[in-house]
Amino acid sequence: MYRLWVFLFGEGWLATLATFITATTAILIVGPLMMMLFTWIERRGIAYMQDRKGPNRVGPGGVLQPFADLLKFIFKEEIVPDKSTRFVYFLAPIIAVTSAMMTLIVYPFGPRVTLPYFGQVELVIARFDIALLYVLAVTSIGVYGIALAGWASNSKYSLMGGLRSSAQMISYELSLGLSLVGVILMSGTLDLYEIVEQQSGWYGFKWNIFPQFIGFVVYLTSAIAETNRVPFDLPEAETELVAGFHTEYSALKFALFFMAEYINMFTVSVLATTLFLGGWNVPGLALLFAPGSIPFAVFSVIGFFVKVFFFLFLYIWLRGTLPRFRFDQLMAFGWKFLLPVALLNVVLTATLVWLGVL
Amino acid sequence: MTILIFLLLAALTIGCAVAMVAQRNPLYSAIALIGVFLGMAGIYVTLAAPFIAAIQVIVYAGAIMVLVVFVIMLLNVEEEVRRPIRLRRLVPLGVLLAAIFFAEAAFIIYFVETSAYNPPPATQSNVGLTASVGTGLFTKYLLPFEITSLLILMAIVGAITLARRVSTLEGGRTRLRATEETRSQTSAD
Repeated sequence: MYRLWVFLFGEGWLATLATFITATTAILIVGPLMMMLFTWIERRGIAYMQDRKGPNRVGPGGVLQPFADLLKFIFKEEIVPDKSTRFVYFLAPIIAVTSAMMTLIVYPFGPRVTLPYFGQVELVIARFDIALLYVLAVTSIGVYGIALAGWASNSKYSLMGGLRSSAQMISYELSLGLSLVGVILMSGTLDLYEIVEQQSGWYGFKWNIFPQFIGFVVYLTSAIAETNRVPFDLPEAETELVAGFHTEYSALKFALFFMAEYINMFTVSVLATTLFLGGWNVPGLALLFAPGSIPFAVFSVIGFFVKVFFFLFLYIWLRGTLPRFRFDQLMAFGWKFLLPVALLNVVLTATLVWLGVL
Repeated sequence: MTILIFLLLAALTIGCAVAMVAQRNPLYSAIALIGVFLGMAGIYVTLAAPFIAAIQVIVYAGAIMVLVVFVIMLLNVEEEVRRPIRLRRLVPLGVLLAAIFFAEAAFIIYFVETSAYNPPPATQSNVGLTASVGTGLFTKYLLPFEITSLLILMAIVGAITLARRVSTLEGGRTRLRATEETRSQTSAD
């Protein structure tokens, strides 16, 4: 029995298993928790901008409102359309939420730190050579959640909604990918941890946002379109349509789509922080604490989350401010403006890197 | 651990491949094919070729299969009806070809196992790393790479030329002529 165990898991399987379980638990807790916290912040923020109060009854200031919503979602009636393709109908929300959560493991959220018992630890769940490509690959799988949901419901509104949203996501994925090429060219690696480390020093002036400003703007725009948010929220368009691809979804299955959208917003913000805003680097922190010490790490992690929440706040801000695009405007903007600008940025960066300027 | 992961991924890949052929609903086949690509990407990772794995998922599962799923959704392809097998005579030929294929695979494995050449273990090769793929593509294999990209460019230009709409004025005139013709025909009748 033991030999079979060793054959299957190899020597040192306990460490592997422990790492695996830790990573999985971390994702399964951090992802939904962030999403819940953010829905509350968003509702309160939007309410503040629109001069109302927002949910403030459940818990102190309404913090527990998302948990009440979750309970509500669980106890809602489960409705499955009669002629739906059942297997695909249930598969679609699972694909959406899985692909949203899978990217969470690669982001470095803190610097190297020397802990009392463990020795030197890098504050990242999984570090590997192609982290950035992994993020793009998993994101591109997420389109299936939406496309299949629209198709499997066997309703024409869902189908049109699914086609609309997947067309939007495919179109903006191109400029999203191209806007990252500038950063890759400059840092010469796809390892997110190393990209962050290269941005440390110079009191924050080594952040990629300065040399890659065009890339940053293109990334931000296409990221908002990728996550289907205002002003690109055509898939949902709550003031015009019934709903998009999730018209026929109810109860917890709808909640899964909702969760996938918010986790996607979170990961997109984390990626923006990691690539353009220097990740966990806080300007001038090395003057106060020695790098590698515990307070240094704590403040770095706090700095990282402050940056992420800045981007999340940007989402709320935009939602409170901007009107929605029309679908033809959306497509024309993506293909005729954003994509050429992203390509121009690639050419420009490549030339400058070749000349040795950057 | 590696062997367990390999077994899981291999089971996923083979199961999805069989399902892809056996399903009668074309969309189920497409989903199964995506499963095959994902399983193979996982196997590439265990063979220390993470770059190839990522490209496999981005290009095949993320781009090409999305197009396939789109086409199936838009055309609303019906479930295939079970038909009597045509070309029954070719069944023995298929069996024969499958047998030859298996024999070849077995021979290659036997040859590799018994040969004197000792390749480095798969988990230590650097074939699939980003740096080695990049340097190989842009130095040693530059010409084939450029020719391939030229071919793809030609395909794109060709597709656009074929699908391009005639300019509105011209199209309108043709349509007008067509309606006039039908009208004259009906009046003649």
